[in-house]
Amino acid sequence: MARIIGGVTTSHVPAIGAALDNGKSGEPYWKKVFDGYERSKEWIRKAKPDVIVLVYNDHACAFSLEVIPTFALGCAAEFPIADEGWGPRPVPKVVGHPELAAHIAQSVILEEFDLTIVNKMDVDHGLTVPLSLMFGQPKEWPCRVIPLAVNVVVYPPPTARRCYKLGRALRKAIRSYDEDLRVMVFGTGGMSHQVQGPRAGLINSKYDRHFLDLMTREPKALTRITHLELLRETGSEGIELVMWLIMRGALDDRVREVHRFYHVPASNTAVGHLILENVK
Amino acid sequence: MGKPNDYDDIPGTTVFDAQRSRQGYHLNMFCMSLMKAENRAAFLANERAYLDRYPMTEEQKQAVLDRDWNRMIRLGGNIYFLAKLFFTDGKSFQYVAAIMTGSSQEQYAQMMLNGGRPVKGNRYKREWENRKAKRPGAARG
Repeated sequence: MARIIGGVTTSHVPAIGAALDNGKSGEPYWKKVFDGYERSKEWIRKAKPDVIVLVYNDHACAFSLEVIPTFALGCAAEFPIADEGWGPRPVPKVVGHPELAAHIAQSVILEEFDLTIVNKMDVDHGLTVPLSLMFGQPKEWPCRVIPLAVNVVVYPPPTARRCYKLGRALRKAIRSYDEDLRVMVFGTGGMSHQVQGPRAGLINSKYDRHFLDLMTREPKALTRITHLELLRETGSEGIELVMWLIMRGALDDRVREVHRFYHVPASNTAVGHLILENVK
Repeated sequence: MGKPNDYDDIPGTTVFDAQRSRQGYHLNMFCMSLMKAENRAAFLANERAYLDRYPMTEEQKQAVLDRDWNRMIRLGGNIYFLAKLFFTDGKSFQYVAAIMTGSSQEQYAQMMLNGGRPVKGNRYKREWENRKAKRPGAARG
């Protein structure tokens, strides 16, 4: 059977991808960010996942204002890299796992989560920056990736509680897949940041650090957080943090925190990163 | 207009809700068209003519031509769509964020290096109004 071998949360700031792509990762400003992922790269190299279910938000690349799915699962064999306005990032194409994705879709929909199935989709920095942070710059990504795109662009996104419950359904789906696969779940986005309007640049480190603590120890407390609280306390784009709850719901109640990294700033954003493993 | 939203009292912040996505539909769809290199070239060659292909309001078109980011947001633009426009200009999120806050690039970059804009005093509109009353002209920073 497939099993979930770990969960990762990380911010997915586009400037981090640009720094790597343009050979600036050794500059002092960016080195502070990349250094926080050195242990993570070693961890994932040893953990050897076969598949990552990568929860992220599309930033108006695959989905325009024509159709706005709340939860969209990428079921394609491949996902091309989006051109976000300056050409596609020079990273390998993303190879999917259509069989597991189809199984997840079927299982999760019957658990009453009305996923949108997507068979053609470009993926943007929200998905590729976490891969770059965890794997560096390989010729090919070392594992398959199933994108799970969550709408956080048009308000309201799904609630924190709904996301956590989707994680529970995702966990059940993965664990009932009849092939010996090592699966990881990534929850990306956040932490506090606001990239629009006169309040841009907002950072709330105290809130972020408490959020990291609760992710490990008491995730159910996070399911009670309202959108209004996230908007006010973590900035209009900090609301991406609801996506972390999908990853957390996919893990056991009790987890071990393998690694934590928190850093301000990367461009306009507080970078937060956790690696969690189920306690055997 | 529907009833007021609970998030309307957050200062300096526009929440891109379904109503705003209607208001800014054509503005945002114009921005999205810039995901193709040939469209970027056509736009940069003649911005006005390119904008006229979209049924945007005159005010929206002028805001684009002026690169008036806060005004685009007020007219229904969403930052992730507007990103296609400022990426076409070779600019970054941080560059545009600095402009939207009324800071110089240096001031904004330094604020971020110092840990960002603190949440204290920036949660409620009334906090900005009180500040304005005490220190005229200081409310935007």
